[in-house]
Amino acid sequence: MKQNSKRVNDVILQTAAIIIFFIIVIFSIDLFFAGHYSPGGGFIGGLMTSAALVLLLLAFDSKTLANVLPIDYRLMTASGLLIALATGLHSVFLGRPFLTHAYGKFDLPLLGEQTLHTAIAFDLGVYLVVIGITLTIIQTIGESE
Amino acid sequence: MSLLHLAILLPLLAAPFIPFLFRGMKQIHTGWFVLIVPVVLVTYFAGFIPITSAGDVVTETIAWMPSLGINFTAYVDGLSLLFALLITGIGALVVLYSIYYLNKDKESLGHFYVYLLMFMSAMLGVVLSDNMIVMYMFWELTSISSFLLIGYWYEKERSRYGAQKSMLLTVFGGLSMLGGIVLLESMIGSYSIRDMVTNSGVIAESPFFLVAMVLILLGAFTKSAQFPFHIWLPDAMEAPTPVSAYLHSATMVKAGLYLVARMSPVFQESSVWLWTIAGVGMFTMFWGSFNAVKQTDLKGILAFSTVSQLGLIMSLLGLGAAALHYDGMDDNIFMVATIAAIFHLINHATFKGSLFMMAGIVDHETGTRDIRKLGGLMTVMPITFTIAVIGSLSMAGLPPFNGFLSKEMFLKATTKVFSADFFALDTIGILLPVIAFVGSVFTFIYSIMLFTRTFMGKAKFDQLPKKPHEAPIGMLISPAILALLVVGLGFFPNVLSNSLIKPAVESIYPTLVAQGQEVDVHIYFWHGLTPELFMTIGVVLLGSLLFWQMGKWMGIYNRIPHRLTLNGMYDGTLVWSNKAAYRFKDNYMTGFIRSYLIYIFVFLSGMMLFSIWWFDMYRFSFENLAEIAPYEYVLGAVVMLAALAILFMRSRLPSIILLGVVGYGVALFFVFFGAPDLALTQLVIETVSVALFLLVFYHMPDISKKEVRMRFKVGNAIVAILVGTTVMLLSFMALTNKSLTSISEYYKENVYELAAGKNMVNVVLVDFRGFDTLFEIVVLGIAAFGIYTMIKFRTTRRTKGEGAHEAKQQTRQ
Repeated sequence: MKQNSKRVNDVILQTAAIIIFFIIVIFSIDLFFAGHYSPGGGFIGGLMTSAALVLLLLAFDSKTLANVLPIDYRLMTASGLLIALATGLHSVFLGRPFLTHAYGKFDLPLLGEQTLHTAIAFDLGVYLVVIGITLTIIQTIGESE
Repeated sequence: MSLLHLAILLPLLAAPFIPFLFRGMKQIHTGWFVLIVPVVLVTYFAGFIPITSAGDVVTETIAWMPSLGINFTAYVDGLSLLFALLITGIGALVVLYSIYYLNKDKESLGHFYVYLLMFMSAMLGVVLSDNMIVMYMFWELTSISSFLLIGYWYEKERSRYGAQKSMLLTVFGGLSMLGGIVLLESMIGSYSIRDMVTNSGVIAESPFFLVAMVLILLGAFTKSAQFPFHIWLPDAMEAPTPVSAYLHSATMVKAGLYLVARMSPVFQESSVWLWTIAGVGMFTMFWGSFNAVKQTDLKGILAFSTVSQLGLIMSLLGLGAAALHYDGMDDNIFMVATIAAIFHLINHATFKGSLFMMAGIVDHETGTRDIRKLGGLMTVMPITFTIAVIGSLSMAGLPPFNGFLSKEMFLKATTKVFSADFFALDTIGILLPVIAFVGSVFTFIYSIMLFTRTFMGKAKFDQLPKKPHEAPIGMLISPAILALLVVGLGFFPNVLSNSLIKPAVESIYPTLVAQGQEVDVHIYFWHGLTPELFMTIGVVLLGSLLFWQMGKWMGIYNRIPHRLTLNGMYDGTLVWSNKAAYRFKDNYMTGFIRSYLIYIFVFLSGMMLFSIWWFDMYRFSFENLAEIAPYEYVLGAVVMLAALAILFMRSRLPSIILLGVVGYGVALFFVFFGAPDLALTQLVIETVSVALFLLVFYHMPDISKKEVRMRFKVGNAIVAILVGTTVMLLSFMALTNKSLTSISEYYKENVYELAAGKNMVNVVLVDFRGFDTLFEIVVLGIAAFGIYTMIKFRTTRRTKGEGAHEAKQQTRQ
């Protein structure tokens, strides 16, 4: 967002935003991983992360945000789409129909026995696309004069 | 996935690496990497020659969409192998040539070779697919890659024009062909070409036989640039010369010929088939050669000559159908037409390929292709001159080159109409040899023009943009190989007879082969004082006379006004359709979102109310409903009040906040009804969209300082009430009319067994209905990029206002 001509006193918002930002992001990541068993998933997680980013955007401005997080959100959208598509395609090469997921139980270091599921990769694609498009739209509208 | 499928897809699989090789290895020309692909493929396909010449076929299938009868079946028989060898063989030579033709420092080779490889796969797919839907897919892919390659130098207006023209015409034909394919499938219940051939009797009895045939032929004629669709080919010459040599003379334009040859067993019983193809082909042969003579651009001459030669082969394929009806002696005289077609197809690829490369060399070394400026290059470019002479004389049909042999066979086939007593061939059919003769005369003239105007005559080197010199050796290798083939096949034509020509002809006549008729391919130089020999002598004499007296009759070309030419008509149609579209669009596209919303809402509720009335679904009962808790009343009241209050707000900010209240209220409803996922989504969406609204309004102009209350508009109120009523009715009815059991039971039972998940909503999103999600994120991505481009373009337009104006003008034209 562009800097207002009149300086606004938003020290409280800015200070709080930084702390809240991390809380929301951590919560959104939790939401993302929780998806398969309890409420959550890539879509909600992605929206939550973008909400956190929007909070930063409101508290500071788009230039600051771009300096702190130099991410090309259009690239993010594209890579998210590619990840989702590749997840769908992997089963084709194994001779199964498009978008057939695979899963199994694995013993992971530190985490113990966990179920790994290709759906998580698909969901990661959704997650990235959602963040990418939200921020692309908000940034382009916010930056245009 | 078999090796054969891999071979078809190899160029496509190699394509993604090309841009990286182009960027990463600047010092090596990217073409050297690309060259590996066609060389590997040509050796691979050469391995099939013993199989097909023994009369066997190879079939490999992978299931693609078995439930729709669409499988990727690769099928190698004589005909498809011949084309596969042409595609990969000429492909290798063209890639080699392009390495010297395209400068690695100036051109964006990454794009070029990606398009070229895309084309190679597509073309292999066309000729090796048995399933017609798969073939259609590859067919359109050739059109797309051709479009990209013609528009390769997209800064040039002519390139864009040519690319668009070829795209419009060939895709029009492709779509017609798709219609024909669907009709054929409806007759026999299979998309397989082999099934169509076996069931050709069923197809012949269908009432849609002719429609299907015409649609399929439209596809073939547009692709192979037959009259009146030939007009795209000369404009396609804006492509780089290697592309013209490859796509627009040797391979892609022959896809139509392939299709006709391939579908011959299905349709060739019909007299319409014979007459349409022979007639259109013959006229194209004449018209192309007639127009080639007036061209001044070397590539223009070659383009029209390609049109003419394609017509020649097409007419031969048409005449070949007569072999089925001929029951004279044991030696089937009409088979010579098909043999000639296949033989000329090979010959044309050799001499036209070398001529195109010659034209490219001349252009590259002198800077122009205009024959009015060229001349006398013989002394400085002796090797190129030799290649040009060999190619031109072969094209003119003179001995001892391969063109002479196939041309003689062509003339022989046309004279055979006298001995046919069916389909009125012996009456009106007499026109065929006459047109063939006239066309050959013009062919002779432009062939002679081609090398005399360029290499002989007075040298005018001062008029040339560059100082001419002989091309580098690498550039000469490919045309020299082709020229050697022209000579070699001229002297030893029978090298090909049993290995390539015979199997290909046999695949065109499966019924005759089944009856035990022998396809006998013997090509001779000398077959006595036959009519065709006298025709050739006549062509040479008359052609030389006309060439000598050229200035006296060239005036006839200016007789037709541009408006009435085919190109004029094409341009006129484009302008007219653009204008009509704009006029239609301006009627309803007002530019105000409020009007669009009204269209959408009126249509929505209109459709819904109509179908409720039409299907008589207007019934609902309020039994079996849950008790409404007091807090739900409160929440409902809050949501309604907030929505109503928006109408009475004077400024934007409170409106946005009230809108947020509505949204959060709905989210709370989700919480009450036990849908945590929905509630979460709704909450976050609401938050983000309130922020978005704020942003948008922040940038909106303050239209007036004193913000007045929105005026009451009767029309809007009616629409709003209508939509509200419709939605309410629908939701009541959705509760009452349950005709099918809900799918949620299935999800509940299988969510853990099938998808190893416990959250049903999320499993539905990523697994059960993952396809929906995939498309949804694609749509979201498109929306985001759409907003991005719209806003960014607007800002660039404002800085360079003239560019925008120009762009608008161009779209209007």
